Amino acid sequence: MEDGVKVIEIKKSIFEDNEKEADALRAELKRKGVYLLNLMSSPGSGKTTTLIRLVNLIKDQVRVAVMEADIDSDVDAVKIKEATGIPSIQLHTGGMCHLDAEMTRQGLDNVALDGLDLVILENVGNLVCPAEFDTGSAQNAMILSVPEGHDKPLKYPLMFSICNLVVINKMDVMPYFDFDLDKCKEYIHMRNPKATVIPICAKTGEGVDELAQWLLNEIKNWKN
Amino acid sequence: MHELGIVFYIIRDVKKAALEHGVEHVNAVVMNIGEVSTVVPDYLTDCWRWAADKEDLLRGCELRCNMLPAVTTCNACGKEYPTVEHGRTCPYCGSEDTVLKCGNEVEIKEIEVL
Repeated sequence: MEDGVKVIEIKKSIFEDNEKEADALRAELKRKGVYLLNLMSSPGSGKTTTLIRLVNLIKDQVRVAVMEADIDSDVDAVKIKEATGIPSIQLHTGGMCHLDAEMTRQGLDNVALDGLDLVILENVGNLVCPAEFDTGSAQNAMILSVPEGHDKPLKYPLMFSICNLVVINKMDVMPYFDFDLDKCKEYIHMRNPKATVIPICAKTGEGVDELAQWLLNEIKNWKN
Repeated sequence: MHELGIVFYIIRDVKKAALEHGVEHVNAVVMNIGEVSTVVPDYLTDCWRWAADKEDLLRGCELRCNMLPAVTTCNACGKEYPTVEHGRTCPYCGSEDTVLKCGNEVEIKEIEVL
């Protein structure tokens, strides 16, 4: 080592600040009675179509807003607003592959939280990075679609281990793919024994009732 | 996969530490990276070079990665084994009830300053 070089020990995980911010945000949302759902999936799994179906089913029972996180564009936020009439805002991650708690808080600052029961955060389409960063949500959920294959829980173990709800979308195309639903459930439960699995088809609406019930129940428990 | 994002977190934490210690320039940042942290050290150092050179505090600053081995503990038989080689299945008793003991670290170990 060069003369005069001084070493300063830091010994700090780079996730530490984010975890603190996430816990603080979660506590604040709990106090306000707002349930934040962090919804994740790979690109093209049908997050936005599922949200439109779901929101239209529950919007008369709970007051809901949606935050769309993408690297660029506002197509999703516009689509949600047009199809459901609920407030939706678009967050840009500036090239980042995930949202963290600070970005989530900045997004929430643009939503009038008072009087809301539910905010759904549609995270960046990606099965790797979003799993590593706590957003401060009450619950993590993900959508896996049939064309992606039933082996995904084995390939992306962290994502499946942090999600307590796995929605299996595009059930209508099952006959065209070698997707084994039982195997998929088995793999999901290997990663997270507590996970609830709900098969749906966002296009036809099949199974979306059950998803809505799950969510309404979650919101009720969060407010107690 | 998300190395640039991680670099931004490192820069934020190093800036904070430099401010606390009244440091004007950092010569090197030493990271502890677990084998199964999903961080690729080569990508991390590439992203680091691009981002660090934009900061006065970090211009020319080197990023060094210490790799830490991943070890898994088996809840069934209590033994420990190397994670990368055997994954989630215990090589001693075949149980899948195993838990990662270490190896997913992404931490700043220390910084070197003049």
